Amino acid sequence: MSYCKQEGKDRVIFVTKEDHEAPSNAELVADDPNDPYEEHGLILPNGDINWNCPCLGGMASGPCGSQFKEAFSCFHYSTEEVKGSECIDHFRNMQECMQKFPELYPQEDEKESSNQPEASSGSDSVAAPTESSASAQESDSVPDNQDAS
Amino acid sequence: MLKCRTVCKKIAPLARASSTLCRQNVRRTGMKHGRILPHVPAVNMATGPAGASRQNQFYVLLVGATCLGGTIYTYQTVTGAQKRYDERFAVLHQATSEEIAPSTQTESPAAEAIGTAEAVSQSEPQAAPAAEEPSPLSTGAEAAPSETTEPLPVAGPDSALASLKLPSHAPYLLIGGGTASFAAARSIRARDPGARVLIVTDEPDLPYMRPPLSKELWFADDPAVTDTLRFKQWNGKERSIYFQPPSFYISPEELSSAENGGVAVFTGRKVVHMDVRGNKVQLDDNTEISYDKCLIATGGVPRNLQVLERAGEEVLNKTTLFRKIEDFRSLDKVSRNIKSIAVIGGGFLGSELSCALGRRSQDSGLEVIQMFPEKGNMGKVLPEYLSNWTTDKVKKEGVKVISEALVKSVTCKDDQLEIQLKDGRLVKTDHIVAAVGLEPNVDLAKSAGLEVDSDFGGFRVNAELQARSNIWVAGDAACFYDIRLGRRRVEHHDHAVVSGRLAGENMTGANKPYWHQSMFWSDLGPDVGYEAIGIVDSSLPTVGVFAKATAKDTPKAATEQSGTGIRSESETEEVALSPVASTTPAPAVTHKDDYGKGVIFYLRDKVVVGIILWNVFNRMPIARKIIKDGEEHTDLNEVAKLFNIHED
Repeated sequence: MSYCKQEGKDRVIFVTKEDHEAPSNAELVADDPNDPYEEHGLILPNGDINWNCPCLGGMASGPCGSQFKEAFSCFHYSTEEVKGSECIDHFRNMQECMQKFPELYPQEDEKESSNQPEASSGSDSVAAPTESSASAQESDSVPDNQDAS
Repeated sequence: MLKCRTVCKKIAPLARASSTLCRQNVRRTGMKHGRILPHVPAVNMATGPAGASRQNQFYVLLVGATCLGGTIYTYQTVTGAQKRYDERFAVLHQATSEEIAPSTQTESPAAEAIGTAEAVSQSEPQAAPAAEEPSPLSTGAEAAPSETTEPLPVAGPDSALASLKLPSHAPYLLIGGGTASFAAARSIRARDPGARVLIVTDEPDLPYMRPPLSKELWFADDPAVTDTLRFKQWNGKERSIYFQPPSFYISPEELSSAENGGVAVFTGRKVVHMDVRGNKVQLDDNTEISYDKCLIATGGVPRNLQVLERAGEEVLNKTTLFRKIEDFRSLDKVSRNIKSIAVIGGGFLGSELSCALGRRSQDSGLEVIQMFPEKGNMGKVLPEYLSNWTTDKVKKEGVKVISEALVKSVTCKDDQLEIQLKDGRLVKTDHIVAAVGLEPNVDLAKSAGLEVDSDFGGFRVNAELQARSNIWVAGDAACFYDIRLGRRRVEHHDHAVVSGRLAGENMTGANKPYWHQSMFWSDLGPDVGYEAIGIVDSSLPTVGVFAKATAKDTPKAATEQSGTGIRSESETEEVALSPVASTTPAPAVTHKDDYGKGVIFYLRDKVVVGIILWNVFNRMPIARKIIKDGEEHTDLNEVAKLFNIHED
């Protein structure tokens, strides 16, 4: 059983698992999906790519940032049957650029360029040991799990 | 005498002022000879009647000779100066080409000062724009520390001066090279394609993160960690404290010409004056850089105790104020060679360092003492019961904790420090680490005419982190208006990241207020760790909801599980786990107060303004939501249910 005590102005409650099994009746305010202040995930409400998403790490801001943006934009807006098939050149440019900076873009980047970034660039970039995206500045960015693309 | 007279008469119009003596001579001569008098008043111009042509010629010759002589003299002086100038440059170039090998790059605009000093009557175009054009030797060596305050010229050949110029204008100028600045740089680059960002920092290092300096780096097994600054995270992955390796940045000289822009870091330079009207700053070497948008992210300097400052040089030599990489290196070195160390301060830094040193003490036999005026560790953050509990844990890490200790005086005796406390206790130690707070760096406020906050310190900025048009402030130095929680100044890592990123967004036109609440965390040894968000002040009333902790609830487990190394990252990767009915029996709640894991709510007028997740990880999004809502909840136990504290 849970019990409660008061230490001056501080209240302490000890709870068992059973106490917390019943769903909470605390009311949370519904989130406004169009809140202009809110941090967004990879894709903004209007469909554009959020280049400032921490999930991208340093990809959009580094020396190969412009090549990455071109390649990924092309892929994102591609309506081909095989998505991104017309973007090969952009991806090649990007890869060439990245090969010039092996310190920044370790070999795993081949996976990154072709996968869905919101799902895997997070994990890929974490996998890369010195990868810029693993820097501690990638703080919480997706409060409402807006990962959809 | 006669000759003198004629000469005087001829050049009388030219030399009238100085010819008094001459004329007197003439008069005397004239008087002596009698017959010359009538000639004296007549001024013979050089263009006199034809009869004076011989005089004319002589006159012309004299003037010509003088001019020629003057020209020759000037020419010789100038060429001599040029020669000396060239010689000196050649010598220096030789000297520094030997220095290139150890890859030190030094830029010294003052180099040209020597050139200007030499070439007096200036016809040297290169030497003239002295202050603006130092000639750096290697373009790609921005990573190498560049220390300069003396006007020691390190210069290449003259041609280098013309092609490699330090930017005199930066579209985005970031003052300070810490976490906030780097976050802003990244944000700007992401939003403004091809942006040219210049970071000016007085530290010799590229931007790096501070939390590992008082935590992970101390637990590293590698003895070379002070050089590499790489740490192994709990999950086994290694990384450097630097946000990016040097290849990420471009050199300041390339900034204006780089096709896609980039981020350049100008190390070892301090901004000493800011001209807001003219949109430019002045560095400590008198270089001027103008900007379009400027960010002030100057952070702060560690505070010192007055008793230590007054204690004399011997004591100060045995005192460390901890903030930068060099402080970490020196403390690491010192702690290996002494028997006893005392940490003054019971907050985040003091407690973390004490635990880190305490861990080390188990191998080396180092005595670690921690003293502070509060009753327990984190006394200003945690409610009293939790602060006491934390203090016990810190003691278990091998630290001698002296609470309710006010330092009265410190003296140096027999190469040992004696700390006299106000209640009479005497503590003897070899070295002191003072972790008593941070003084925000507002040096530029005066020249820039920016407001400084009297309650919290730091530059006063609005909710969008703007101080004035085109000037933003982020990080430790920013006293900003938080729409939800009111005006505050926050000194945590994640806040530097969040505010830096927001400032970068606003510098590129976003106009967003501070809305995404930053969090912070602390680990006090492997068993005690917590994450917190909002206003976490122990003077507020709190409600804590606890469950009993299992072995799975430790900071180590949290990072292993989420696969990330640093706490604030784990949120981008993981989602809070939904409740799953467990088959294991519920842990029995003992009556012994064991605050293993739980949630603590900090209330202000019945609204939750701060939350601590105590040994409960990866739940920060929920905590953030609760604070964002700003609702009055009647039963906080119900709110606590949202966190599933019994689950992993």
